[in-house]
This record gives sequence, C-alpha cells and structure tokens, in this order.
Amino acid sequence: MDLAIIGVSVLWLFLFGYIIIASIDFGAGFFSAYSEIANTKHVLHHIIQRYLSPVWEVTNVFLVFFFVGMVGFFPSAAFYYGTVLLVPVSISIVLLAIRGSYYAFQTYGAKDSKFYVLLYGVAGLLIPASLSIVLTISEGGFVEMVGENPVLLYKELFFSPLTWSIVILSVVSVLYISATFLTAYADVAEDFKAREILRKYSLAWSGPTILSAGLIIWQLRQHNELHFANIMDIWWVFALSGVFFAITVLFLWRRKYYSLAFWSLIIQFGLAFFGYGVSHYPYLLYPYLTIYDGFTNDAMAQALIIAFIAGFALLVPSILLLARLFLFNRTYVKGEEQRRY
Amino acid sequence: MMEYDPVFFSRTLTGLTLAFHILYATIGVGIPLMIAIAQWIGIKKNDEHYILLARRWTRGFVITVAVGVVTGTAIGLQLSLLWPNFMELAGHVISLPLFLETFAFFFEAIFLGIYLYTWDRFENQKKHMLLLIPVAIGASFSAFFITMVNAFMNTPQGFDLVNGALVNVDPIAAMFNPATPTKVAHVLTTAYMTSAFVLASIAAFHLFKGRDHIYHKKSLYLMMKVGLIFSIATVIVGDFSGKFLAEYQPEKLAAAEWHFETEEGAPLMMFGWLDENGEVQGAIKIPYALSILAHSDPFAEVKGLNEFPEDELPPLIVHYFFDLMVTIGMWLTFISAFYWLAVKRKWKVIKNKLFNFILVLSGPLAFIAIEMGWFYAEFGRQHGFSVGL
Repeated sequence: MDLAIIGVSVLWLFLFGYIIIASIDFGAGFFSAYSEIANTKHVLHHIIQRYLSPVWEVTNVFLVFFFVGMVGFFPSAAFYYGTVLLVPVSISIVLLAIRGSYYAFQTYGAKDSKFYVLLYGVAGLLIPASLSIVLTISEGGFVEMVGENPVLLYKELFFSPLTWSIVILSVVSVLYISATFLTAYADVAEDFKAREILRKYSLAWSGPTILSAGLIIWQLRQHNELHFANIMDIWWVFALSGVFFAITVLFLWRRKYYSLAFWSLIIQFGLAFFGYGVSHYPYLLYPYLTIYDGFTNDAMAQALIIAFIAGFALLVPSILLLARLFLFNRTYVKGEEQRRY
Repeated sequence: MMEYDPVFFSRTLTGLTLAFHILYATIGVGIPLMIAIAQWIGIKKNDEHYILLARRWTRGFVITVAVGVVTGTAIGLQLSLLWPNFMELAGHVISLPLFLETFAFFFEAIFLGIYLYTWDRFENQKKHMLLLIPVAIGASFSAFFITMVNAFMNTPQGFDLVNGALVNVDPIAAMFNPATPTKVAHVLTTAYMTSAFVLASIAAFHLFKGRDHIYHKKSLYLMMKVGLIFSIATVIVGDFSGKFLAEYQPEKLAAAEWHFETEEGAPLMMFGWLDENGEVQGAIKIPYALSILAHSDPFAEVKGLNEFPEDELPPLIVHYFFDLMVTIGMWLTFISAFYWLAVKRKWKVIKNKLFNFILVLSGPLAFIAIEMGWFYAEFGRQHGFSVGL
C-alpha cells in the first residue's frame, strides 16, 4: 500500500470522528436551545449538560487535527482549498467563535441569557452547513483556474441543487445522530422522560436523513458522472449502510436496545462515509488535484505516519479513559455522585 | 484614501488574531503548572487553602482554554486561507511539529476535561493530582512544538531549494533548527513567569481591596516566589538568545539595539530617540554591555546595521519593543525579589496599599512584555515569512 493512501485514510478516519462527535455536540446544543422555546428545558437541560460538560473541548481538536494533517500530507491541497475557501470557512470561524464564547461564559457561571442560548443553538446548525460546502466544491465544477490560481465560482455554487442537498443532509444528519446518541445516553441514565422526547426527535429526523442522502446520489449523476459510476461500482456498501439504518430505526421504534441502535448508526454512517471516500478516489479536488500530485515528500510522509502511530498509542487509551469515566459510568451519567464547587 | 492592499490586510488580520491568541496561549501553557504546584503544596501541608486555590484557578483556566481553542482553530484555518502559498511550503517541510502540536493539545484537552469533573471522585487527592500531569505536559509540549515552527521561520533549514523546488527534505533537521533551543526555552520560561505574575496580581488585587484573608497572602507569596524563579531563568535564557541572534540574525539584534556601525566594545542603548541626523539622543548608554550580550566578551566586535542592504533591514521601531520587554522583565525580577525579601524580613512595606497596587500591576506588565516580545520577533522579519525565503 502506498503512503498517499495511508495518509488519506488516516485523515478520512479523523474527519469521520469529527463528524460523529461534532454532530452530537452541535445537535445537543440545538436541542438544548430548542427546549427553551418548547418548554421542555426542565426535562432535557440536565441530561444534555451532563454529557456536554466534560467533552466539548475534545471536539474542536478533531477538526484542527484534520486540517493540520491535510497541510502535512497534502500541501497542495492546502494551497488549492486555502485559496478557494476564504469566505465559507471564515464564516465557520465566526460561528465557532460564537459557540466557544458561549461555553466560556457558561462555565464562568454568568447569567443565562435566552438570546445567547438561541444564538449558540443556531450556530451549531450553521457550522456543519458552512463546512459541508467543502465537500460540494470537491465534486468539481465550482472552481476555475485563472492563470495559476484557483477561483471559486460563487454564483454556480449558490444556485446548484447539489450544494443545497449537501447542506440539508449535513443539518438533518446532525440532528439525527445527536438525537439518537442522547436517547441512548438518557436510557443509560434511566431518565425516561428525557428519553421519550429524544426518541421522538430521533425518529422524526431519520426519514429526512436517508431521503437527503439518496437525493445527493441522484444529483451526483448529473453533476459528476465519474463519481456516480464509482458509487454504482460499490453499490453494496451503500445498500449495507441502508440495512444498518433500518436496524437503528427498528430498535428505536420498538423501544429496545438503545445503545445498540446508536452503534448501528455509527456503522451506517461509517459505511456511507467511507464508501463516499473510496468512490471519490483519487481526486482531492475534481478534476485538478489527485492525492498523488498533491502528496508531500516521502521523508515527511514517513515522519508524519510514525508520529501518528506514536500519538495514537497515547490518545486511544486517554479517550477510552474519558469515555469510561463519563459515558459508561452509570453513577456519573445518572448524576448520583455529589458535586461541589 | 488608503489603497487596498491584500497583503497588508492579511498581515493585519493574522497579526491581530495572533496577538490575541498569544496571551491565552501563554497562560494556557503556564497555569497548569501553577495549579499543580498549589495542589501539591496543599496535599503536602494538608492545607485546604492551597487546594481551594487550585480549584479556583482551574475554574478560571477552563475559560482561557475555551477562548484559546477558538482562537487557535481560527489561526490554523486563517493561515491556510490567507497564506496558501506559505502553507504549501510549510506543509512540505515543517508540518511535523504542527502535527505533533495537535496531538499534544489533544492530550491536554482530554485530561483537562477529566481533571475538571473528578474533584470528588477520588478518596486520595494525590490520585486526582496525577491527572494534572498530562495536562501540564501536554500544554508545555504544544508550546514546544509550535515554537519550533516559529523558530523554523527564523532559521529555516532541513531542505534544499533547487530551481524553485524543494528537495532533500529532512523534517527532523527542520524541527531542530538553530533557533529552536533558545526560542523554546524563552517561550517556556516566560510563559511560566507570566502565569505566575498574573495569578499573583489577582491575589494582590484582593489584598489591595482590603480583603485581608490569609488565603490571599499565601497565594501572593507562593506566586511571587515562583515568578522570581522563572524571571531569573528568563534572564539567563535571554542572555543565550542574545548570543544566538548575534550569530544567526545579526540584523535583528542590531535593529533592536539601534546599533548602526559595526564596532568593538559596543555599548547597549536603552530607549532614546533619533534626531534629524539619525543620531541616537537621550538614550541610557551602558558601555560594553552589547558586546557582552552578543559574545560574552566586552571587547568583541558586534555587527552594525551598516553591514546589511537597506531593503532587508527590520523597522527601527523594534528597538522600543525590545527595550520595553527587557525593562519589564528586569522590573518583575526586581519587584518579586524585593517582595520575597520583605516577607522574609517582615518589613512593614508589604502592608502598604501603594506597594500592593504596584504588585497588582505585575500581571498586566507581564502581558505587555509578552506582546512586545511577540511584536519584536515578528516585525523583526517582516519582509518575509521566513528569513531568506
């Protein structure tokens, strides 16, 4: 196996990690804000805060990790995307800043401002929407080379149905992933009132998720034939992903095995995400940049992979420890232990 | 009307974000160590005050981490967005420490989350304190790695440029470039020093407001002591940095000192201004000091600005940045030593309101020194991202 494939797989894995963890975080923030309006705050607030408090810092790091790795493994991608993405990603930065400052104030114990909570909730949905533009651009057709420099075609991007289906998918899947996770979390905590509300959210967003995913594949057929053909070559991956989707919904529907339902959701998204990644191969930016012309020199690639393995050996146990203390620890999740500050 | 100049605006935007980020980053590196010291003393002396101190600092620290994460993410993205060409080069040569920095920070963030929410889970306080070690290590290492990148920008090495293409890349050599040891040491010691003085300021502020509790006194005394130790370390490292500059970036040192003509036995100029003939006026002149700083020899020759082509010179304003930074550093060393002596000898002055107010200023002063040092380092090589590239 060559280094470029190892590099891109590692990055793709981290992006997947970010998507799952950030979705839970963004969605939880949105539900928390929504509960202010829907008058369910007394039911949902506690369970959501209990989950969010110890893990939110970790979320952003996944994103940083992804783009630092991108710059390291594929410096040319940093050049192409850096030039093109000035506006969309700057918007994401502002939104991330809003959310970050909310966390800072909340920890500080400043008074709850309703407006600020709503801003925080909405920002959580707009971030995935603005970041998902990157995937749209990578499909090609939205970037033009002017001399040596790539230029983003804003008008085409804005009026393309593909853009909007990807935006919709990103928003609804955030809500779906998050609601399913929190349902399982509330079940572990034996907080049945919260679980019932969250289960309803989860079921409500499952349909739109699968529909918008189908819509994207259908639109790719018009937009990027090569990619569509590649998807059809490995259609069974996507079909399998659909099976796991059905399993999740079935478990939720019959009020059984909530944790398994969430694991099945991870497998569903994992299959679809890696299926998408494989069918995108070898392009980083269609049709200008493949993973081979963008790849760094061998010395750097080897150093990065060694660093990655060493770092991973440290990270995995620490993440497991975090999960053991806060996710799979029944007394913590239930909030039975005393806390004083 | 100002002409629209994307380079200028990009520079300003990046500069502003960094100037903001660096304050948070600095205390982010230093405070975990201070929390560990306080908790350790609390456990050893079985003194609840120190434990409470560690708890309160942690609460405050989390906020700075939150802001630091956001500004840090913004900078990472901004660098790619505003300087795509530089990032492409950087990606080829110096991305290894950037990558490692993320790992170090990841590690820190995970354990900080655990530490923060497990104050009462352990019967044994010492076990809880163990969680802080990865936090402090992660924080210091992320400073270590990110400073390597900055050091690389000052003394790039580890690659060859053949017909505009990068060849023979050696990531390890790029990481351990000549500027790395002094830069990393300087950043770490000043981060610890600044954090100590910021925390000391908070305690001094409570005392100044008349809250005469022993808790604040303990906090002030502890942090002044730690601050003193790291100020002395900073002075020593500063001396090494001077020698490094004299060897590798003599134009930067010469600009900082307004040293125009190459000469032997060069004096050190503090402050002052330039008259219409370009002569230094009103400066405090310390004979031979520059030669000692640069080469540990009062009669050694120090290269002046006249030896460099005019368009490669750093702007002369860096002289003020440099002097202000050094003066504040000296002042903080002096004031913490004085305070320590005063407490030991039970001098009455420590109860004086004015003296307490002076102590309150140490934290803000340390921040100013950090910004000055940053401006000096960055303006000093403004004509390019990396020297000679």
